[in-house]
Amino acid sequence: MGNGYVVPAIVAVTLITVGIGFYGLRLARTTSDFLVASRAVSPTWNAAAIGGEYLSAASFLGVAGLILKHGVDVLWYPVGFAAGYLGLLLFVAAPLRRSGAFTLPDFCELRLGSRRLRTLATAFVIFIGWLYLVPQLQGAGLTMATLTGSPYPLGALLVAAVVTANVALGGMRAITFVQAFQYWLKLTALAVPAIFLVLQWQADGRPAVTPPEGPTFRTATTVVVEHPATLTLPDGQQRQVRPGDELTFAAGEPVPQVAGAAADPADWLLPSTEADEQGLFTTYSLILATFLGTMGLPHVLARFYTNPDGAAARRTTLVVLALVGAFYLLPTVYGALGRIYTPHLLLTGETDAVVLLLPGAALGTETTGRFLAALVAAGAFAAFLSTSSGLLTSVAGVISTDVLGRGSVRGFRLATVLAGSVPTVFALNVSGLDVSQVVGLAFAVAASSFCPLLVLGIWWRGLTSRGAAVGVLVGGGSAGGAVLVTVLGPPLTGWPATLLAQPAAWTVPLAFAVMVAVSTATRRRVPTDVSATMLRLHTPEALRP
Amino acid sequence: MVAADDRASARTRIVLADVVRRDSGREHPRTELAEQTRVGEALVRGLVRAQLSLALRLWLVVAVGLGGLPWLFAIAPSVSRVTVLGVHLPWVLLGVLSFPFLVVVGWAYVRLAERNEQDFTDLIQRPKR
Repeated sequence: MGNGYVVPAIVAVTLITVGIGFYGLRLARTTSDFLVASRAVSPTWNAAAIGGEYLSAASFLGVAGLILKHGVDVLWYPVGFAAGYLGLLLFVAAPLRRSGAFTLPDFCELRLGSRRLRTLATAFVIFIGWLYLVPQLQGAGLTMATLTGSPYPLGALLVAAVVTANVALGGMRAITFVQAFQYWLKLTALAVPAIFLVLQWQADGRPAVTPPEGPTFRTATTVVVEHPATLTLPDGQQRQVRPGDELTFAAGEPVPQVAGAAADPADWLLPSTEADEQGLFTTYSLILATFLGTMGLPHVLARFYTNPDGAAARRTTLVVLALVGAFYLLPTVYGALGRIYTPHLLLTGETDAVVLLLPGAALGTETTGRFLAALVAAGAFAAFLSTSSGLLTSVAGVISTDVLGRGSVRGFRLATVLAGSVPTVFALNVSGLDVSQVVGLAFAVAASSFCPLLVLGIWWRGLTSRGAAVGVLVGGGSAGGAVLVTVLGPPLTGWPATLLAQPAAWTVPLAFAVMVAVSTATRRRVPTDVSATMLRLHTPEALRP
Repeated sequence: MVAADDRASARTRIVLADVVRRDSGREHPRTELAEQTRVGEALVRGLVRAQLSLALRLWLVVAVGLGGLPWLFAIAPSVSRVTVLGVHLPWVLLGVLSFPFLVVVGWAYVRLAERNEQDFTDLIQRPKR
């Protein structure tokens, strides 16, 4: 790329993040500061912090990439990522805050009083956390490779090392201000270039996003293939390409179609129709996973403790919904304009890079274009750093307290290194998967394990520890198994592939059903203090003595 | 150096879960609500039921409003071809309008849930006066 602004921008974001973290930690030294100062945070700040932690590489890079590749059907990703907060608001936010639980394992123990269930919940927190960390590191590797030409593993290792060191040394522990800053940085980094891009598109005479003859190259382009693919040339010929192949196209030449992407412009533009039952199943499965999965993500719940009471937790969640929704208006712009200005990404398969490359491709290499490209890169790094730090803190927290035993600071550091290294190894081996797809799988597992546990635990007196445990094992286990088969197993086709690639539509109802059935069968195990717990979860704090 | 060491040794690790457990275990707060066993429990059950039915009703609004869309697009493909200001309807509905829709539903929930809680509080506190 040769954009001299990119590396300084990335370094600046990293330094600011680490710097604010350390400075904030020095301010909040005593334990009372740590416990009380966080409660003095207003819903708006807290919401920006939650949004900052939530908007990950998948949101920042992956959604636009998916839209570029698949079109309207994947708009359900951003809608679902935002709607997840509505599910959280309706069913979980206020009662969870009132429960006083800081993590999901805490909630299990408070509500059902079972150490065994706590251990099981811990295992799932770790699994979901790792599954969600992989695409963050993957996004980091991709960003570094795209912008600086470094090999893919370097970026992934670099971010993993920075985040692990930062969390282990205590630099970024629940500092609201850092995360809130990251939210506004990410919003700015997408919004400002988007305005310039739309103006440029106007100035170019508003070229059609989906010309009837398919996407074409606007300028003469040389494409270096990075993943093996089958291309369909305009004359109908098939051609196999391998990594390293160079293809040259003249300006105005149509872009060959790639197997796996939305082939025909109408497929991209219009939703799947009745004939496509698998497409419809996939869409509903995705909706279920994202609408219900957010409440089960480990790093999302930890932040609710910083609300002063249940009512504030609700208001905070509403503000998060608005902030996250505002952010998700933007990736669509990138995905659509990417069809015009960066069609070669469809060929290379690096569609996740569209957000990074579009400013340069559309606005040229003048100062404006280069500045905006650097801004986007900075935003992407903010996304990796904030989400992976939040996740790593949550995972390392449960590892040090529940696996290694009541931890010292040294224990926490050891846990952090352990928690950081496993996803790094995975990230180095799955570079071919779409960032958003892996994130979608993490949501599916969360929706099939913790969502039923939380919803039934909060609203149904009849839940027992045994019912909860079996439900989490069956629902989360089948979703997790589906994930492993999809990621590691042999390639499948037809219905089995569809059912495993988007499992939520069958694993979520299964988890609910099993949890209710087993709880009903073990009715005598209902905790004796269930009335007191319900009272605590649902009554306003003002009524407490 | 000595001061720094002192400070380091004075730092203790606080696990929030322990704090919560300690607080709730030691005091055993018995609210008046909890003491009036039958009546109190019936009241809490009423509140939980009211809040749950509110949440479910609004969830249904979203399930129909958003969840109905893929089905609608599938059975009536002509709907997808309608354009608004040159943009196809599914893009407008999903890419733009779904987000304000979610916020409005959330806003309605917060208002109504707080009203339920206010009603409950009034009910509990009335006999005192």
